[in-house]
Amino acid sequence: MFDGYSSSELVAIFAMQGFAGLILFSVLVLMALGLAIIFGQMGVINMAHGEFMILGAYVTYLCSNIFETYIPGLFCIYFFIAMILAFIAAGALGMFVEWAMIRHLYRRPLDTLLATWGLSLILQQTYRSIFGAREVGVQIPDWMMGALPLTDMIDLPINGIFVMVLTFAIFVAVALLLLKSGWGKQVRAVMFNRTMAGAVGINTERVDRMTFGIGCGIAGVAGAAFTMIGSTGPSSGQLYIVDTFLVVVFGGAASLFGTLASAFSISQAQSIMEFFLSGSMAKVLTLLTVVGILMLRPQGLFSLKIRS
Amino acid sequence: MMTDRKTPSGLNPPVNRRSVLMGGAALSAALFMPKGLRAQDYPTAQVNTTGLAVTDDTVTVGILHSITGTMAISETGSVQAEKLAIEQINAQGGVLGRKINYIQEDGASDWPTFAEKAKKLLVNDKVASVMGCWTSASRKAVLPVFEQYNGFLYYPTFYEGLEESPNVIYTGQEATQQIIAGIDWVVRERGAETFYLLGSDYIWPRTSNKIARKHIEDKLGLKVVGEEYYPLGHTQFNSVINKIRLRKPDVIYAIVVGGSNVAFYKQLKAAGIDMTQENPLLLTISVTEDEIRGIGGENIEGAYACMKYFQSLENENNKEFVKAFKDMWGEDMVIGDVTQAAYLGPWLWKMAVEKAGSFDVDKVREASPGLEFTKAPEGYVRIHENHHLWSKTRVGRALENGQYDVVYETSELVEPDPFPEGYQ
Repeated sequence: MFDGYSSSELVAIFAMQGFAGLILFSVLVLMALGLAIIFGQMGVINMAHGEFMILGAYVTYLCSNIFETYIPGLFCIYFFIAMILAFIAAGALGMFVEWAMIRHLYRRPLDTLLATWGLSLILQQTYRSIFGAREVGVQIPDWMMGALPLTDMIDLPINGIFVMVLTFAIFVAVALLLLKSGWGKQVRAVMFNRTMAGAVGINTERVDRMTFGIGCGIAGVAGAAFTMIGSTGPSSGQLYIVDTFLVVVFGGAASLFGTLASAFSISQAQSIMEFFLSGSMAKVLTLLTVVGILMLRPQGLFSLKIRS
Repeated sequence: MMTDRKTPSGLNPPVNRRSVLMGGAALSAALFMPKGLRAQDYPTAQVNTTGLAVTDDTVTVGILHSITGTMAISETGSVQAEKLAIEQINAQGGVLGRKINYIQEDGASDWPTFAEKAKKLLVNDKVASVMGCWTSASRKAVLPVFEQYNGFLYYPTFYEGLEESPNVIYTGQEATQQIIAGIDWVVRERGAETFYLLGSDYIWPRTSNKIARKHIEDKLGLKVVGEEYYPLGHTQFNSVINKIRLRKPDVIYAIVVGGSNVAFYKQLKAAGIDMTQENPLLLTISVTEDEIRGIGGENIEGAYACMKYFQSLENENNKEFVKAFKDMWGEDMVIGDVTQAAYLGPWLWKMAVEKAGSFDVDKVREASPGLEFTKAPEGYVRIHENHHLWSKTRVGRALENGQYDVVYETSELVEPDPFPEGYQ
């Protein structure tokens, strides 16, 4: 297994693989964060999560085209504007969907699965009609290209670092919002006991709509970030949905820190194994491990202790 | 470069598609000079003894591709090329004096659906031939149907070989045609000695890499330093990029397909592997101009692709083809290898029918081997006894504008060899 590598190469391997694992970790957290809020806090199984991400990606694509054509001077910063717009677009669509569809299904959580699956098909077809069936490419500003050389053998890709910083910032913001703000307290109150929360004067409908909107908005930002590393096509969202649910369920649906821990363990295991085994084999082993652990601990790594 | 893709299409006045079509068709009709076959010289009862959908003035064929689902991205181009060929043939007077009608069915990226639709086309619609399929999986699914009901399929995709059906004409290259010339070129011209093989995890990349490895190790005596597969749709290639860095191969031989390509090339570029420096050099057989639209020219600039057709090919046939394609489907379209191979299907069928003087599948089959198509956009092709095409293999270098610069082509047509001895 370690044949043919010198010790300095092995150090480099572990450093670079560790870093590759951290990038994967950031990607998984970005994907799962929006879903963790919606699924964890509201109990809605949002199968259209991937399509909200792709909406963010398409907004970024439009943004990059607009900047390239009309204001090429500001191209280097278009990405930040695109992320904000992606958040607004996906969030607004999320709030609309909540109003039009989801709120009628709160008492029937399993039906949300079917309804959002339908929604995802509708969205995919809409993207296909608007943007065409082919995948589109987003041009990345020059400063995000290339790698930072740490030593002769270790290079860190800049877009990877960017995704990590972005993930960290979003995670902190969401954690603060949910744990410290008044809105966060309302969300948690509504989720624990809807009737009681309503009785003490919380506008539960508004809280639901905001929560769903913010969850979708974060998905949009994730989609914007993924244009740097992945592809944007009408059905690209499907690629992410399984991994996203994997992370959320493995972490324990209602816990943000569970999401973090689960993303971290999955990504590091995957990344280290990928180096010594083939890519497909690493994925199989990771999945098997997750399944094994879930059999022993069906509630996920972390779960809230509540009186039942 | 023959085409300027930077021209914003919005500046052109909107043109009526039909008028352009008819204009272009009339032009090409004049160029092709049809032999003037008249339907009345070929009575329907004579040219169709097996109850196909042929009338005194029309003949119906099938188009069977995915226009929904994940493969729609790839197969759209094939459908467009086939429709273009049919329109052009009709503008010239059709086949044996009969206009071609088509029935289009959607395989929906689902292999059982492909089989079901193939059966529908052959049994209910009685089509005289079918242009269709893209993935090997869909072809394998429809194959028993075509053999059972004696249909005739024109299959456009470059593929892994190991197949030869009396009911299929393979208009794309099989594995040895695409792989061996490319590897020979990179060894001869660039002095490559070590290779890293990489691909998506299914039959085509695995078989192709198997042939590549045999050729590199057994025939050339060179070295493969790594071989790796990732699931379809995989988007995280940092690990394999790290391995490539450590093993320092001369050539990265990449057969990543579909959306994964976008992630792969973006991450390669981000990791500081600059393909314009050729250190290592990247050679792919799975990225056509279509895929570059998703990848972005700036991310793949400098990589080499080995296939039989590039949009930038300099010849009269291709100039006409590219112009007609863009007139019909829009100025910002790009044409990849498979799209061109799909365009050959209706033409080869027309020629076979006219040589046979009959629409009957058995006679068309008999007439097919040895047919030459001199107006093919790729230059010239001929049908081999084994139902594949003799074709040239070319190497192109990706440019930032999304097109390929052709840097090499084989001097002779390469003989198709779907069951290569010593490579299995």
